[in-house]
Amino acid sequence: MIEIKDLHKSYKMGSNSLHVLKGINFKAEEGELVAIMGSSGSGKSTLLNILGMLDEADSGQYILDGVRIENLSETKAARYRNKFLGFVFQSFNLINYKTAMENVALPLYYQKVSRKEREAKALKYLDQVGLKEWAHHLPSELSGGQKQRVAIARAMAAEPKVLLADEPTGALDSTTSYEVMDLIQQINDRGNTILVVTHEEDIAHMCKRIIHLRDGVIVEDKKIKQVRASEYVQ
Amino acid sequence: MFSRDTWREIFTTLRKNKLRTFLSGFTVSLGILIFITLYGMGNGLINTFDKFFSQDATNVLYLFPGRTSMPYKGYKSNRTIEFENSDLEDIEKDFDMFVEHVSPIIRRSALVKYKQESNNYTTIGVDWGQQFAEKTIMMKGRYLNQRDIEEKTRNAVIGRLVEIDLFGSGNAIGEFIDLGGSVFKVIGVFQDEGGDNEERQIYIPYTTRQLIEKNTDKVQQIVVQFKPQLGYTGAMALERNLERFFKDKKFINPEDRNALFIRNVTDQLKQNQDFAGALQLIVTVVAFGTIIAGIIGISNIMVYVVKERTKEIGIRKAIGATPRNVISTILLESVFITTISGFTGMLIGIGLLRSLGDNLSEDYFITNPYISTGVAVFATVVLIVFGGIAGYVPARRAARIKPIVALRDE
Repeated sequence: MIEIKDLHKSYKMGSNSLHVLKGINFKAEEGELVAIMGSSGSGKSTLLNILGMLDEADSGQYILDGVRIENLSETKAARYRNKFLGFVFQSFNLINYKTAMENVALPLYYQKVSRKEREAKALKYLDQVGLKEWAHHLPSELSGGQKQRVAIARAMAAEPKVLLADEPTGALDSTTSYEVMDLIQQINDRGNTILVVTHEEDIAHMCKRIIHLRDGVIVEDKKIKQVRASEYVQ
Repeated sequence: MFSRDTWREIFTTLRKNKLRTFLSGFTVSLGILIFITLYGMGNGLINTFDKFFSQDATNVLYLFPGRTSMPYKGYKSNRTIEFENSDLEDIEKDFDMFVEHVSPIIRRSALVKYKQESNNYTTIGVDWGQQFAEKTIMMKGRYLNQRDIEEKTRNAVIGRLVEIDLFGSGNAIGEFIDLGGSVFKVIGVFQDEGGDNEERQIYIPYTTRQLIEKNTDKVQQIVVQFKPQLGYTGAMALERNLERFFKDKKFINPEDRNALFIRNVTDQLKQNQDFAGALQLIVTVVAFGTIIAGIIGISNIMVYVVKERTKEIGIRKAIGATPRNVISTILLESVFITTISGFTGMLIGIGLLRSLGDNLSEDYFITNPYISTGVAVFATVVLIVFGGIAGYVPARRAARIKPIVALRDE
């Protein structure tokens, strides 16, 4: 599903350049649930941003679902993002003046899905994250956990090939974190490929595979026995 | 790009961001409103000027005699100059090519009586052509004609207010009045836009007036109506030639400034038109300044709006909005607000001018302020177009922002 070869990325910081990714190679198959771990500055978020086409690599190959991702125009990147990828961010990034349902329906708007269909789908995905009754509430009326669930519903609404989550539990307390991870596991159970960036061990162990990054290189890549988050959720 | 969905998205965004919508809309409305009001007031000023000068014909020269202030060719200084009938004939003969009609004026105050009623009025001895110089409008009856002048008839044309004073609600036509001791028959009643004073005058044949005054041939003033084709320069040349002619004929020193006066309505009109034109130009410049200020206002708001929405734009781009989507959303919003509020401001402005009407004409010299629909719509469209451009620049910049930059937490 995802294949990257010898990926390099450096940032210019004034006159110095900061080499963040120093040759990353890895493959993720369909249906995997991968945690990318590392301390801050290890390059894990940069990697995720490149995978999410939010940022571009300096060199190396990136193949997503058999399509080589390179030399993307802004417009093409937007189309690929819309078609292939769903995002979940640490700070939720919901549009604050839109209701939960409108937020979830937004990716479909850019896919030019009709309004009725958009709303029906948005409600369906809100139902899957257990927030159907909150469909007409604004983000400001929701708790952090609820916001993240809306964000996950939004990421799923476009039915992407890959779900990318950047510290999805970073802003949540542990109970809510487990609820969100439970949701992510359920989505993975249905066959979706998911990449989670995290620095929390317990969250990483709820995935099926852990990749450790340190100073821009992969130092460890192991499959693990998944801990089900539902064990912690009442 | 213009699907119902796009509009729904725009409406939602505008409705949910009321303050922002209101502020940008208000700037635009106010800009157009001020523009239209200013421009309309400018037109109102010009209307007032036009009204002042539309009372009398503008192709007219008035000649007044004075007193000499210099000795010349054996004549002493301080000699009274007078016009007489032969002067009229000379003008008609020598300036035939330029002149349409020459009319004398002999003004006398007279006690006028009809039955029990009596009052003092200005009687003016005129020629039949004077009707056109004064733009006298007949309400009933007729003006003096050539026969009245030639046969020195005792016919009088009275002003509207004279009829009301002397005859009350009765009809004056055909009645006889005592005019300073002579009996005259009223043959017409006129009205004049010049005001009450002009409507309290009585016109009689100047020949009759001369006959009453011991068959004199003296004339008080001469009114020369020249051909309108002469234009401004022609009229100025005619004025100089007439002056030279009379100074020569009456033995006046060419340098003498007190012996002969010529009032040139065209010259005055031109000066006033120039003045009004300059005024209109200033008003137009100020008005367009307002429009430019409006455009700058919109630009500022758009820059702010885009900045405020950077994160939202980042989110939209992350979930699949193309740069084109982003630009069209921001641009359509901006154009939509400017259009609606621009035309609202325009309608309010036009309505305001309409409701002002003539209320300001007494104290502020603004008569019937108006703006032509063409100018109003043009200004509004200019504002919309530039508002669009003002929105496009920051929108394009926003569309280029990498989502990763936009999403980065502060």
